[in-house]
Amino acid sequence: MDSRSFRLEWSNLSLWRGDRCLQSNLSGSLASGQALTLRGPNGCGKTTLLRSLCGLSLPETGEIRWQGELLSRVRTDYYAHMAYSGHSNGLKSDLSTRENLSFAARLGKRERDHAELLLGLNLQDCADIPVRSLSAGQRRRASLAAVLASGTELWVLDEPYTNLDRAGCEWLGQRLNAHISNGGLLLLAAHQASLLDPGIETSVELSGIAA
Amino acid sequence: MTSAFLLMMRRELTVAFRRWADVALPLVFFSIVCTLFPLAVGQNAETLRNVGPGAIWVAALLATLLSLNTLFRDDFDDGSLEQLALSQQPLTVLLLAKTCSHWIVTELPLVVIAPVLGLGFGMTGNGIGALLLTLLIGTPALSLIGSVGAALTAGLRGASGLLALLLLPLTVPILIFGARAASLADEGIAIDGPLFMLGGLSMLALALTPFATAAAVRVSLD
Repeated sequence: MDSRSFRLEWSNLSLWRGDRCLQSNLSGSLASGQALTLRGPNGCGKTTLLRSLCGLSLPETGEIRWQGELLSRVRTDYYAHMAYSGHSNGLKSDLSTRENLSFAARLGKRERDHAELLLGLNLQDCADIPVRSLSAGQRRRASLAAVLASGTELWVLDEPYTNLDRAGCEWLGQRLNAHISNGGLLLLAAHQASLLDPGIETSVELSGIAA
Repeated sequence: MTSAFLLMMRRELTVAFRRWADVALPLVFFSIVCTLFPLAVGQNAETLRNVGPGAIWVAALLATLLSLNTLFRDDFDDGSLEQLALSQQPLTVLLLAKTCSHWIVTELPLVVIAPVLGLGFGMTGNGIGALLLTLLIGTPALSLIGSVGAALTAGLRGASGLLALLLLPLTVPILIFGARAASLADEGIAIDGPLFMLGGLSMLALALTPFATAAAVRVSLD
């Protein structure tokens, strides 16, 4: 991991889905060693906010800055330092977990050994069968493995605990804590009670439909 | 950049190889449509020879359209398209690699089987050679132009009709030059002109469409 410190800021964001305004005037920031958890009822715009902060959706108004520069200007640099796991797993169902992870790693130019990670996620026995034959929870584990193995600083996780069993949640919580204490950044949308150490996490409660 | 291109090609070809049934579908469709023509038009050798190049080109166009539906749809649904958009590699290059592998797995088999179908229409050796050549030079343009349409409609439900409406008008020049050149050659006339034009269209598509495809994918993901 890079030893520089990183900073993501956003100001005056308004988020629209079709012709509905979900949120307006959202501002915030996240720096190295911090975690931010978005909470709120279904449909309040958590995913839309995360996707905007990833640069996947364009917010209606407002600006997002990475290291003080507008996101649209530093896209490549930003993507070299972030990894995202959303509702869809981002895995090709005809490839095995190992093949998927190796593709993701090589695309990010970070060739690494996944054995320890697969072991921790309890995927070592099914790493070579097509993702299509995995259960929903195993697929989620594989998708998280791609983020955990990415070696990037900023992790953006949209409801990462979904479909995970109790042991999986605890394991993930430990990994996230370790990531933060190594100076990583974490953006999370979650409904579950926090599994992060107290003191490192800020929670933002998004209200229901604003307008 | 080259390594990202090759990496992406390798993944696409592996996936295609494991889903060979999906890949074979356009080829089977192409062969069936081409064999329907002689049945419908009748057995007059002269008529068949005249419609041959045109029929084969139209069938190739429709088979391409059939395969374009799934070019980005699967990746959109399983989230790998957004992962590509979030990678530090240029999206243009990654998507161009996808389009190239689409050409290899879909169009190349059509080109290879076309001479056999041309024989069925009673085309001469000259005409069959020209048909092979025009398909080889013209189908890259079909894949490239098609990728823009496929990218625009990736996130839409029931987009196959829309995709056809969007793409068919754009492919008319390729169809005209391709089919016309093949039938001119069948009559023994030199076809350098149409061939250069087809090559030019493919080059133009190669230069312009990758950027449009990448932009369209970003719009679809929004």
